[in-house]
Amino acid sequence: MGNMTLEKVCKSFGTVDVIRDVDLQVEDGEFCVFVGPSGCGKSTLLRMIAGLEDITSGDVLIDGEVVNTVPPSKREIAMVFQSYALYPHLNVRDNMGLGLKQARHPRAEVAAAVDRAAKMLDLEKYLNRRPAELSGGQRQRVAIGRAIVRKPKLFLFDEPLSNLDAALRVQTRIEIANLHRELGATMIYVTHDQVEAMTLADRIVVLRDGRIEQIGAPMELYNNPANEFVAGFIGSPKMNFLDAPTLGQPGRSLGIRPEHLTLSREEGQIEGRISHVEQLGGETLIYLRADPHGLITVRLFGEHGAVVDERAFVTPDLTRAFHFGTDGQRLAA
Amino acid sequence: MSARANILRSSAAHAILIAYTILALYPVFLIVINSMKSRRAIFNEPLALPTRETFDLVGFHTVLEQGNFLLYFQNSLIVTLASLFLVLLFGAMAAFALAEYRFRGNLLMGLYLALGIMIPIRLGTVAILEIMVAANLVNTLTSLVLVYTAQGLPLAVFILAEFMRQVSDDLKNAARIDGLSEYRIFFTIALPLVRPALATVAVFTMIPIWNDLWFPLILAPSDATKTLTLGSQIFLGQYVTNWNAVLAALTLAIFPVVVLYLIFSRQLIRGITRGAVK
Ligand SMILES: Nc1ncnc2c1ncn2[C@@H]1O[C@H](COP(=O)(O)OP(=O)(O)OP(=O)(O)O)[C@@H](O)[C@H]1O
Ligand SMILES: [Mg+2]
Repeated sequence: MGNMTLEKVCKSFGTVDVIRDVDLQVEDGEFCVFVGPSGCGKSTLLRMIAGLEDITSGDVLIDGEVVNTVPPSKREIAMVFQSYALYPHLNVRDNMGLGLKQARHPRAEVAAAVDRAAKMLDLEKYLNRRPAELSGGQRQRVAIGRAIVRKPKLFLFDEPLSNLDAALRVQTRIEIANLHRELGATMIYVTHDQVEAMTLADRIVVLRDGRIEQIGAPMELYNNPANEFVAGFIGSPKMNFLDAPTLGQPGRSLGIRPEHLTLSREEGQIEGRISHVEQLGGETLIYLRADPHGLITVRLFGEHGAVVDERAFVTPDLTRAFHFGTDGQRLAA
Repeated sequence: MSARANILRSSAAHAILIAYTILALYPVFLIVINSMKSRRAIFNEPLALPTRETFDLVGFHTVLEQGNFLLYFQNSLIVTLASLFLVLLFGAMAAFALAEYRFRGNLLMGLYLALGIMIPIRLGTVAILEIMVAANLVNTLTSLVLVYTAQGLPLAVFILAEFMRQVSDDLKNAARIDGLSEYRIFFTIALPLVRPALATVAVFTMIPIWNDLWFPLILAPSDATKTLTLGSQIFLGQYVTNWNAVLAALTLAIFPVVVLYLIFSRQLIRGITRGAVK
């Protein structure tokens, strides 16, 4: 068991409203990811779920019970922090076992739980080391282990991978995905890395300025964004927003993903000059400057030669385009 | 080129530091060497080292035979250590509260606690004496401990609050999720992490207390409660001063502070280097 509900949750620091009227239902066993630009309130929302931050108004429910005033240690949650937050004076074993020890579980039970978690995360060799004697990746695995040991109803992750280097990030991401499959636990995960969001999530919650912009499965958000903000936030490289009136299209802007544009030297709908080329091997990104649209990104598969300052034409595939009105909302097709 | 400039710069820095060290330590050195000379040698050649002829421990004999010297020593030590303990404990607790909890009046409370840095506690001597008389604490070491604790707290709170703010929020939150009480978080997580700051505050707090003459003279001048600094005054007469004894007493008084300082500075350095390699 482990579902979580937010009902009209608000948070203000003094006169600043950081979270405004958030409603959300996370199902048992679901992997839910919060994304949004920096400062939009992801961490604050997560800390409110954990009980580390008071709720200004609204209700947080875990397993159907209102937990607004329940202290963090009694909510049966576990949290993994970006900065690892391991106790510097305890070794790995004690770091992982402290929560259960505090809850007065028998010593043998604590030891067994720690050993099980250590085995899952390949930490058996390091059980007697202090955090200072571990690498960043190992520290984050210990932090994850500490969360597992508590057998929580709800796992909370606050950007757990952003202090790791790229290779380790991929590896740990896979580890977290496996963990979710093995434990079948409910997880809420904050990130601003959209690859993490897309690959891990059952459902993504896109936040902006303390409000939910859209909730949906990764592909749903990708293929059916509700507004310009979500369309621009999900997908990499970012969606192009072309000036709709000059193309004779309805609305203010026409959203088109870089892979849905065709490039030609001879003819096309939009004329521009190539300003930059990025060869990635498997794909080529061509940046084209065209007035009044600004910089347009074109994504081509395979290797393509292109010369900077060359004249070129692009044509959007209008069947894959999105139309946005002046308020940034999607126009009904 | 730049390597040579570097050597130049660092040797210049060292020259300045060494000069300052000599300047600061020379009076102490003079006290120590003169304490081991005969009275005549002290006045004839105050800057000379003791030689076989001038070497004389009469000052130390006088001081130790004065009977109560060990008691004064003990009083000083009790007062200093007790005040130090209370200043560090309450100072760190107040600093933790100011840094960690958002409550109405937090800023005002911080300013109020820091006010004592600017207003010398001696200004309140008369009132303090009245309070001590009313509380029947005159001529007790308790009165001194209370006054020194009040005297040391403002600076301690001020410095420690700044350091407490740097203790990672995530770490404290992780401990809260693990079910540690706020007291456990304070004692087992926050305090060890601000140990270098504690050592600094300890040194700043300890030395004025050890050297103070004012409050022992006013609040606890009885023979049983005299501190070392006050006790040494008997050798400084209006007409004759027993310089041998004064210098010997001062020399002996230096040692405990040096020992305490060594203990704290060890912590200080350990704290600094740990921060550096992390
Ligand atoms: N203690 C506080 N007092 C006042 N404002 C705060 C406090 N904590 C956070 N905020 C504000 O709340 C907003 C949301 O902060 P939060 O840390 O939740 O952002 P975030 O989405 O996690 O950003 P990031 O991706 O950079 O971590 C920010 O604008 C921040 O300035
Ligand atoms: Mg954050």
